[in-house]
Amino acid sequence: MPMTLNRVAVPVIVDEEKCIAEKGCTVCVDVCPLDLLAINLLNGKAYMKYDECWYCLPCEVDCPTQAIRVDIPYLLR
Amino acid sequence: MSNIIAEVDVLVIGGGTAGPMAAVKAKEKNPAAKVMLLEKAHVKRSGCISMGMDGLNNAVIPGHATPEQYVKEITIANDGIVNQKTVMAYAQESFNMINQLDRWGVKFEKDETGDYAVRKVHHMGTYVLPMPEGHHMKKVLYRQLKKARVEITNRYMATRLLLDEQGAVAGAMVLDTREGTFGVIRAKAVILSTGAAGRLGLPSSGYLFGTYENPTNAGDGYALAYHAGAELSGIECYQINPLIKDYNGPACAYVTGPFGGYTANSKGERFIECDYWSGQMMMEFYKELEGGNGPVFLKIDHLAEETISNIEHILHTNERPSRGRFHEGRHLNYRSSMVEMHISEIGLCSGHSASGVWVDEHAATTVPGLYAAGDLACVPHNYMLGAFVYGKFAGESAAEYAAGRTHAPVDEAQVANESARVLGPLNNPDGVTPTQVEYKLRRFVNDYLQPPKITRKMEIGLQRFAEIGADLPAMSATNPHELMRAMEVHFIRDCAEMAARASLYRTESRWGLYHYRVDHPEKNDADWFCHAQLKKNDAGEMSCFKRPIEPYIVALDEEEKDAYNRMRIVKQTAVA
Repeated sequence: MPMTLNRVAVPVIVDEEKCIAEKGCTVCVDVCPLDLLAINLLNGKAYMKYDECWYCLPCEVDCPTQAIRVDIPYLLR
Repeated sequence: MSNIIAEVDVLVIGGGTAGPMAAVKAKEKNPAAKVMLLEKAHVKRSGCISMGMDGLNNAVIPGHATPEQYVKEITIANDGIVNQKTVMAYAQESFNMINQLDRWGVKFEKDETGDYAVRKVHHMGTYVLPMPEGHHMKKVLYRQLKKARVEITNRYMATRLLLDEQGAVAGAMVLDTREGTFGVIRAKAVILSTGAAGRLGLPSSGYLFGTYENPTNAGDGYALAYHAGAELSGIECYQINPLIKDYNGPACAYVTGPFGGYTANSKGERFIECDYWSGQMMMEFYKELEGGNGPVFLKIDHLAEETISNIEHILHTNERPSRGRFHEGRHLNYRSSMVEMHISEIGLCSGHSASGVWVDEHAATTVPGLYAAGDLACVPHNYMLGAFVYGKFAGESAAEYAAGRTHAPVDEAQVANESARVLGPLNNPDGVTPTQVEYKLRRFVNDYLQPPKITRKMEIGLQRFAEIGADLPAMSATNPHELMRAMEVHFIRDCAEMAARASLYRTESRWGLYHYRVDHPEKNDADWFCHAQLKKNDAGEMSCFKRPIEPYIVALDEEEKDAYNRMRIVKQTAVA
């Protein structure tokens, strides 16, 4: 079956200036109940890989450098 | 040969609320036992209390309530279909559990003398104990898990239980959701604490993960129990909640009620006597929502500034703290506007209603060696404190059961079949994506199962669910994450079929909106004052049957019996 990629705006936004994932921090990746975050190996920063958010906030609250902001997903906003 | 990942005495599946308690109590019961807590997410922030909880909804505290009163209240709230022994076992342990949590460092609201400050929300009794600082709940549990030396295995999901030749539980088959590898955990006893089937109906926003329950709770335990041959009960008694429209989270009347907030219609008038969630209350909510005075709102704009600030603090730091930024985005201020509400999509959850895996007062299911606790275990209206209490029962029962046993031999045929099922989607590069299958499946759940329930619609729903069942082996996954979602779609489909079959079986109406069958509109106690059970029969088919209700241990007074059927305020007056 042919496939396509749909672009979607994701609700978890990482401030790459503040993110310290390249130093080995994986707190947001660890705490996300839905396992949606990952580290981009090209720049060593966390990012939202899957748009399956419960807007529950552990990633934002537990981030040691306050690098994450969680918006309400656009469909619900 | 099977990939054996671990061999343990007690395996707890699900590390949200009941699971950690079960694991700790199993260790306390038998410190020599090897206890493993398996979690699909990370125990630190998993389950529906990942951000804490704002209060206990069913605290039975001496001086405010007695276990007998509580058993009565829940029997009436659940329209009589209750195994009172299980509710009584909860009620008698409730206060001990509160004290245990208090000693562990959970902060409850107390009055100036240091007593618990209990509030009234239920129709009859007084059972709500606020926890304004309840956001630390998971930390408290995590500390106890470490202290008890429970082995924690994060980011694994169980896909099926492993059975021995006699049909007793012998462990679980699991998927590493980060690596995409399949394996077996041998266990002498297993506890299911995987939460509600919260990803069943599709939220009206269309966003698959915008559910009331934590969407990791896809009904895993319901399907695991079903396929292991366990009895489930009251599946037709759906969970349907009154929620903030679009946000789809609690508003939350339990918090605001004691401060003077209430559920109102568009005129700002109270129309129900009590905001406690029951099917009967939801029926009145539904009628108002669809009627000329709709929609429905939470009204707190009449309260004093300091009360509103206090409510804001509680609601925006606990349970679903993103409520605050949702309202902000809509330019809604509690001080000047009411909060628009709606009715959620359907789910299965005994924590709020009564749909779950059948358990006795020791948390034992009908499968030897299998125990269940929390939202998926059928103890009506059990909420978070009930999850802790039944977690304790399950942990202690499982440790005791495991103590006298050895590991059963692993049935290689079961493992080979399951391995093929689970890993199949990785070999279908051209199949349909799990997201698409899930969207269609859950839209059908809304179309055909959402009350009011109509016989022919539910029958058509069953046909659609069967067709989707045939699509499942063709799903495609390109990585372990998608594979996890694909396996969850299997669980959701199982729960959808269970919901349809259980609803078709009970040919009457009961529990207000939860089981309102338009073509069987009356309650029929002569034929249906019983539990409706569901299990896989010997032919491997989903079958339903009746289970008589055990004689009540707490009798109901005639005039009380009807209390939850008199929800509507008869003469509408604007109450300020």
